[in-house]
Amino acid sequence: MHYHHLILRVITKLLVGTIMLFAFYVQFHGDFSPGGGFQAGVIMAAAFILYGIVFGLYAVQVVFPPWLVHKVMALGVLIYAGVGVYSMMLGYAFLDYNAFDPGHPSHGQHNGILVIEFGVGVTVTGVMIAIYYAFAGRFPQISDEDW
Amino acid sequence: MAGAVEVQHTALTLTDHLPVLQVAIPFLAAPLIVLVGNRTFAWVLSFVASALALVISFLLLMAVYDGGYISYALGGWEPPWGIEYRVDAANALILFLISAIGTVVLPFAYPSVKAELKTTSHTLFYACYMLCFTGLLGVVVTGDAFNVFVFLEISSLSTYVLIAVGAERDKRALTAAYDYLIMGTIGATFFVIGIGFLYIATGTLNMADMSDRIADQGSNRAVRAGFAFIIVGMGLKVAMYPLHLWLPKAYTFAPSAVTIFLSATATKAAIYVLLRFMFTVYKPEFVFETNTSLLVFMPLAVIAMFSASFVAAFQVNFKRMLAYSSVAQVGYMLLGIALLNQTGLTATMVHMFNHGITKALLFMGAGAMFYYTGSAFYDKLGGLGRKMPITGACILIGGLSLIGVPGTAGFVSKWILVQAAFENGWWPVAIAIVLSSLLAVVYVWRAVEVLYLTPPAKNSTAKEAPLMMLIPMIILAGSCVYFGIFTDLPLGASETAANVLMNGTNGELLR
Repeated sequence: MHYHHLILRVITKLLVGTIMLFAFYVQFHGDFSPGGGFQAGVIMAAAFILYGIVFGLYAVQVVFPPWLVHKVMALGVLIYAGVGVYSMMLGYAFLDYNAFDPGHPSHGQHNGILVIEFGVGVTVTGVMIAIYYAFAGRFPQISDEDW
Repeated sequence: MAGAVEVQHTALTLTDHLPVLQVAIPFLAAPLIVLVGNRTFAWVLSFVASALALVISFLLLMAVYDGGYISYALGGWEPPWGIEYRVDAANALILFLISAIGTVVLPFAYPSVKAELKTTSHTLFYACYMLCFTGLLGVVVTGDAFNVFVFLEISSLSTYVLIAVGAERDKRALTAAYDYLIMGTIGATFFVIGIGFLYIATGTLNMADMSDRIADQGSNRAVRAGFAFIIVGMGLKVAMYPLHLWLPKAYTFAPSAVTIFLSATATKAAIYVLLRFMFTVYKPEFVFETNTSLLVFMPLAVIAMFSASFVAAFQVNFKRMLAYSSVAQVGYMLLGIALLNQTGLTATMVHMFNHGITKALLFMGAGAMFYYTGSAFYDKLGGLGRKMPITGACILIGGLSLIGVPGTAGFVSKWILVQAAFENGWWPVAIAIVLSSLLAVVYVWRAVEVLYLTPPAKNSTAKEAPLMMLIPMIILAGSCVYFGIFTDLPLGASETAANVLMNGTNGELLR
């Protein structure tokens, strides 16, 4: 079984890194070209999902264990909300990115949205992978007699 | 690119941030709980976050108690362009109710969740609880129509999960959650379609701005269609009579702590949204012209009062009986809206508050008994009132308040509702309120009979509920009586709220 789909497995190994790189491009270039946290998160998750489809759920869960997926989901939200708290600490309104660079608000806005989108990206990656794990890892939990 | 510019900025203080902190604190608590992943920490953090939310909501309520409003521009984008959080008497009272119930449920939840859910799901349970709490607070605090939808979804999605975890004890919780998922999603979709119509017609999402622009629209069809969609969509969330079918199942099979929290807050937040859209975004004149109150709200409210009470009287499950009674009580709140006068709206507001604490108390009593019996069916609860004297007494007080006996909170709101009916000269409606209260006597008496007059089961091991459950119950029972005698806080705020809603008098901008 291990030698089946040789081409598929080699190509996947080649692609996974590229897909991740592209995800980072979409993430951090999102302010100049189409993209942003949502798209980047989905692309990043696609790398893991592809790996999981070709090499099996067990293999991908060694790389990215389910407990870590939960933490990653929460971490992204915390980064997002953390930006709000940060700007609040500096005396600005919740999520006012001007706080990032008070002397130069447009730079502040730029930096702020990058951090926000990073938070979105992290959470979306986590959620997409969690959904994949939930479906792929599903087996009938109760037999018909147990109802 | 432009060079550096001198920017004048006055630093905001902590009091300026109160409207957003109201939502942000529980919101931050949810991911922190998941990140740390410890059961005890999860409970402590939830409790601290909701207690802080309670303090904030009290400060906000006191600030806007006499009229006036607080506006907060999220991200520093001035309304109507940015998202605005806007607190006036109408939502401050509901914020206070939600955070008070959210806080008081948590001590109860600790033993109850321990008994009802397996230990691995406790952490995520509290995270979900915090998200639901955040969502409900957000729905109420925001002054942006689309933001209402976003928070509504946050609260709804977490609610579906919270109901579904009841499946660890009873698999029927899954179908209950699924039913609610379908109905709730249809409701939310209708609501967002309504907002879409309004956005087409007005080009804005800020409620205050929308309201000004609707006034210039004349009889624009899009505006009218939007109104219909919003009423039906929210009607589903409110459990307005023919759209209430999700409610009894959801409340019966959800874990006790969830039922307590939802029964006191979820429908109330939805009614608040209904009020806000009917009276602030659309004007009372619009509601009057379209005859919505006379042709839709009044008949449905009266039918709900009778038919749901009637069904409640025949239930053999304590939680299910209380759930049907909730549908009937929503009828009273809708009737207050239907009367379309200031006293009626006062009655709706004050009944939301009073029914919130009353129903939370009753569901807590049911939950405390469920803790020992593992069932809320009457045949398992026989004689428990004598075995658990304090719990029994609390249920009794809650029951009296539900009927509307003088000296309890429930009396105040029904009294004002009857007054409002007289003000309109709707005599038959006033009589209907009294008659349907008699039905409440029937179903409350049935519970009392089971709890006190039936002999307890021979092998019953039930004893008085643990202290963590008793204290919240005593607090709620105390407030049921307190707000029945000293009516200043809810009634005063409700009168200001009704004035704000009915006359569109915002008062001054406080900050």
